Amino acid sequence: MEKLLDIENLRVTFPTRQGEFEAVRGISFNLGRERLGIVGESGSGKSMTGRAILRLIRPPGRVEADRLEMEGRDLLGMSEREMQRVRGEQISMVMQDPKFSLNPVMRVGEQIIEIYRFHTGASKRDAYAKAIEMLQAVSINDPERVMRAYPHEMSGGMGQRIMIAMMLVTEPKVLIADEPTSALDVSVQTQVLSIIDRLVRQRGMGLIFISHDLNLVASFCDRVLIMYAGRIVETCAADQLHQARHPYTRGLLNSLPRLDAPQPRLEALKRDPAWTLAPSVSGRI
Amino acid sequence: MSSLEIQDLSVWFGHDENRVDAVKGASFAVPSGASFGLVGESGSGKSTILRAIVGLIPTWSGQIRVDGAPLGKKRPRSFFKDVQMVFQDPYASLHPRHTVDQVLGETLKLHGFKDVDTRIAKLLEDVGLGQPFRFRYPHQLSGGQRQRVAIARALAPEPSVLLLDEPTSALDVSVQAEVLNLLSDLRESRALTYLMVSHNLAVVAHMCDETAVMKDGEIVEVMGVEDMRAMTPAHPYTRHLLDSSLGYKPSDAQSA
Amino acid sequence: MTDLASQTQKTGLRAWLMTDTPTSRRQARLAAIYHGWLTFRGNPLAMVGLGILLFLVFVAAFAPVLAPHDPLAQDLAGRLQPLGSPGHILGTDSLGRDILSRLIYGSRITLYIVTLVALIAPIAGLLVGTVAGYIGGFIDTVLMRITDIFLAFPRLVLALAFVAALGAGIDNAILAISLTAWPPYARIARAETLTIRGSDYISAVRLQGAGPFRIITRHIWPLCISSLIVRVTLDMAGVILAAAGLGFLGLGAQPPSPEWGAMISEGRKFILDFWWVAAMPGLAIFTVSLAFNLLGDGLRDVLDPKSGSS
Repeated sequence: MEKLLDIENLRVTFPTRQGEFEAVRGISFNLGRERLGIVGESGSGKSMTGRAILRLIRPPGRVEADRLEMEGRDLLGMSEREMQRVRGEQISMVMQDPKFSLNPVMRVGEQIIEIYRFHTGASKRDAYAKAIEMLQAVSINDPERVMRAYPHEMSGGMGQRIMIAMMLVTEPKVLIADEPTSALDVSVQTQVLSIIDRLVRQRGMGLIFISHDLNLVASFCDRVLIMYAGRIVETCAADQLHQARHPYTRGLLNSLPRLDAPQPRLEALKRDPAWTLAPSVSGRI
Repeated sequence: MSSLEIQDLSVWFGHDENRVDAVKGASFAVPSGASFGLVGESGSGKSTILRAIVGLIPTWSGQIRVDGAPLGKKRPRSFFKDVQMVFQDPYASLHPRHTVDQVLGETLKLHGFKDVDTRIAKLLEDVGLGQPFRFRYPHQLSGGQRQRVAIARALAPEPSVLLLDEPTSALDVSVQAEVLNLLSDLRESRALTYLMVSHNLAVVAHMCDETAVMKDGEIVEVMGVEDMRAMTPAHPYTRHLLDSSLGYKPSDAQSA
Repeated sequence: MTDLASQTQKTGLRAWLMTDTPTSRRQARLAAIYHGWLTFRGNPLAMVGLGILLFLVFVAAFAPVLAPHDPLAQDLAGRLQPLGSPGHILGTDSLGRDILSRLIYGSRITLYIVTLVALIAPIAGLLVGTVAGYIGGFIDTVLMRITDIFLAFPRLVLALAFVAALGAGIDNAILAISLTAWPPYARIARAETLTIRGSDYISAVRLQGAGPFRIITRHIWPLCISSLIVRVTLDMAGVILAAAGLGFLGLGAQPPSPEWGAMISEGRKFILDFWWVAAMPGLAIFTVSLAFNLLGDGLRDVLDPKSGSS
């Protein structure tokens, strides 16, 4: 399989008053042209992993890895300037809430055009055409009107589509989506997911889909990494997720209430300290 | 007799041209000891109904009856001994500078209880926290622990009706299971009546006997839990919600 | 995991204070204070500010012991002595009074002004601001327009008018400064109240039947006070300067009282030939003002509920 991202022994560390806190503790995985899901509860280190790849961890936090490569290029050794090029051109990121990712005082169109021109140096006219094309690609029917609108005039679902358009306009090879639909209503969720799905397939991109929602990841991704306390405890094919072996994954699955199978009590997850101590499972294939 | 009865309830914000109608003529009844769900997407007005019932939103019309007695514009203190509410976000519903002890102590004193110390200890046991948590500040608690404190606070006046506003939507699934189990146990041991708002149909199906589906401020359908599990709704919007809740289907990509 | 390990190493009082599982009201409160202190201690400049202010309090408390001379004793034969002259390290003023002794006694006046203003202005502002913010409507409009009227005047000019009306003197100067200092606090308190008012924890306590008085005093004040304290310490430099300004204009402390502003005013006549007479009290004002600013910066890190503990 063609490798886009190759990550070995990634660590994210924050100093605290009580000593060093390791949010991500030595995980390894790679990403091809596939949809890779990372699931876990809050504090499992899944979001930190996404940020660490783009080197978005602010000091005093530290990112270390034996290998952090994008198509063979070492990301950790890059200067901040080179890294700015990588963000957007090679790897893009969509966050949970579009409200915090879009500039509130700039029109939507200007923001997309600016990003496109920064990375490609295209003319204004080309950038405009490209932005329209991109908005159409995320199923926005009246792109001209949306281009002129300010972010606050858009609903949550529209905002997230605009974010996706903006992140994909530079045609990156990898998209990191961190809970891209958690702030959206279920019906809008499906629309946004199908847009991501279609674009990732069409363009042959690699997708890292970070989520707490096991059912969603199982139905949306190709392969899944399950994270617990900063480590990967299990990896499996997404359609095999419901047959997962690790007691943690099983516990998570069983703790979900189900429409089709009523149960008088939900199964509470019993955490085993051994899970924290066990070495990370490799997500490299 | 119905414990909680809502008839033709309308709630609005602002006035004149800025008026927004959040709830339009909603009616439903929750029998004593039952558990009733309100589902819908954001902006459907489901939480607004709860806030109108407890008097946090004064601009409403229609009838709200608790144990047969209609409510006026003002809520007397005796009302809050009967009806309590648990908020959605346990990170926002606890005062950041008050310890668990202060939160529960103040609530008990406001309701005129004398044996505050023993009651705090009992409440903490009841919600599965226990003594070690009594003198902690909210920032020393996890999300699930905070929500347990919020539940203990709502239980302090010994109410008969508990309004639950998305009590687990801010929590991880494993913690959600614990909190939902706790709520089920409490309902059984204290014979509580629940009115629960949620966007998660599986959670509502697990907790409630009957559910009202809301869209744009109106109740489009009231359905029993069996209909929900059998996926046999009467209204197309409910069908759409049920389908969406099952997860992602690759066929969606082609249709978009 | 790591914090468990390090906690077992700590012993005695520190462990008791660092615990995440306090067992009594007192321990919970002390632990919270101790955590704040740890944050504060991590800011060296704030520690410098605190050190200077503690030194000021010490000097004021032991002024009779520390001062080499009587601050009011005149010695016309030894007037305008330079820095470092025998017996008068900081020299003497135009009436031969020892400048060091006057500065030491003057610290008492400075502290008196600072303490009183720091008590009156923020409390008045807190009352007005929280009531206006929580109750809203007509009361809010009236209270805020009054605040605006006070804000519209230049501070020193308004203080001058008050002192002129009430008569010159240190107590009237304090009153005048307080009257001009409260409106910004009212604005801050109101803004904070507006955000706190809509929060779930206020709704929750309303659902317990709590009235506005209890909500304002028990729930809103504790959250407003921290930002007011920060603002007060940052404003203290201005208050000291305003007091000095009034003293300088002859409207504050009256001669022969060793108030620092009044001392500058007296030294003004000789500033070209005998600069230290005005410069020494100026340096004292500068140091104390700076100390308050540094302290305020450190307190902001500790007290700000938004950036703080969580």
